[in-house]
Amino acid sequence: MKNSNAALELINIHKCYGNLEVLKGVSLTAQKGDVISILGSSGSGKSTLLRCINLLERPNQGEIIIGNEQLALIPDKNGELKAQDKRQLERLRSRLGFVFQQFNLWPHMTILQNLIEAPVHVLKVPRDVAVARAQELLRKVGLADKQDAYPGHLSGGQQQRVAIARTLAMDPQVLLFDEPTSALDPELVNEVLAVMRELAEEGRTMLIVTHEMRFAREVSSSVVFLHQGQIEETGSPEKVFDNPESQRVRDFMASHQA
Amino acid sequence: MNWDWSVIWEYFPRLLEGAWLTLELVGLSGLFGILMAVPLALMRASTQPLLKGLAYGYIFFFRGTPLLVQIFLIYYGASQFDAVKDSFLWPILKEPYWCAIIAFTMNTSAYSAELIRGAIQAIPHGEIEVADALGMNRLTKIRRIILPRALGIVLPAYSNEFLLMLKSSALASTITLLDITGMARTIIARTYTPLEIFFAAGMMYLVMSAVLIGLFRLMELRVNRHKYISREG
Repeated sequence: MKNSNAALELINIHKCYGNLEVLKGVSLTAQKGDVISILGSSGSGKSTLLRCINLLERPNQGEIIIGNEQLALIPDKNGELKAQDKRQLERLRSRLGFVFQQFNLWPHMTILQNLIEAPVHVLKVPRDVAVARAQELLRKVGLADKQDAYPGHLSGGQQQRVAIARTLAMDPQVLLFDEPTSALDPELVNEVLAVMRELAEEGRTMLIVTHEMRFAREVSSSVVFLHQGQIEETGSPEKVFDNPESQRVRDFMASHQA
Repeated sequence: MNWDWSVIWEYFPRLLEGAWLTLELVGLSGLFGILMAVPLALMRASTQPLLKGLAYGYIFFFRGTPLLVQIFLIYYGASQFDAVKDSFLWPILKEPYWCAIIAFTMNTSAYSAELIRGAIQAIPHGEIEVADALGMNRLTKIRRIILPRALGIVLPAYSNEFLLMLKSSALASTITLLDITGMARTIIARTYTPLEIFFAAGMMYLVMSAVLIGLFRLMELRVNRHKYISREG
């Protein structure tokens, strides 16, 4: 099972909310450079799975291995798994970039401050180094001129590009995208997808929860289809999109061809 | 009636002395009050039942009893205990000045803690979650994200609490302190001109309030500048 080239490995992840089991034993391995899209109808557990990876949600069962390091988990009083060692969790989280649907930029900080906050205060990068790196990343996402603006002055698409840059500023080993374009007006979706496409082409390891079917098909190295907390089908985008074995996946694809 | 301006001019320097004492009492109590309110608010917002309960009890007591009673409890109450009189605290607790500051501090810290707790809980959850996701530890998260963000939210409400404290500080006169009100009463006992002197005292509170309102407004413009700067700015 151990694979030295795996960037991320999830083994048998279970998650319940009360009596509702939203993840029923999901296992997933991302090799370095993989771009894995996670598809499924709403309520299938996609976002929950992504949030379990860095323990924004506590799974009830399962193992999480990031790089070659296993996250040590112990049950809390509710029977959910929490990190045994906070420091390890913080260290592993700093290696996982998480991009939220709602961007979650800090509104009281300028764009530049948003970008350097975690590198300076988590990774202890010298401020001038962090600033130079942040400016480079802002150029990359096409927002070099916005470094002194506040998030409230940017469009949703620009805010999400900043949020991606903020994540990249930590130089993460794996990027997790939780429906990054779902809160955006349709005309702003493409600018964000363009940035993500560039990241995929750079060979970054990415897990993407998305409803953008065409994008998923074009950039993914593999696709995972979740249904009611289980992997219904997985494989290359060609297989899952064009030739799925499961009738459910076939129905889903038919209703999402636009 | 005879309105006598000259008595105001004559005693104006004494009233200014009183104003200085009022400023000292309010300034020190405000400072100590905030220093206590922040940990109290964090305790109150915590999920640990013991921390939460302690903070809740403290806040409940100081918000639920009159400030005057709190002042009397500390000023008259402390001396009733030999243990207090024998302790290192006595040099402080025998001074009405420090008794007033302790009472004001505890009172304002309880009110401020509730305001800060409200502000902390008003921060959108995602802004805190993203700090977790970036690997921030608890302390960094509180220091760098939660408190600065809460400051912007709490400031308008806190300026109100501070003004209320300024005016409540008149109660210091009941334990022999010569703040604005105490000084005014002393002067009136000598001159029998209550109208003129209380008028002058009232004006001093008014001027201090006006200055404080201006200062808080400036502070808010600075802390919340992301709300006020135009897109072009």
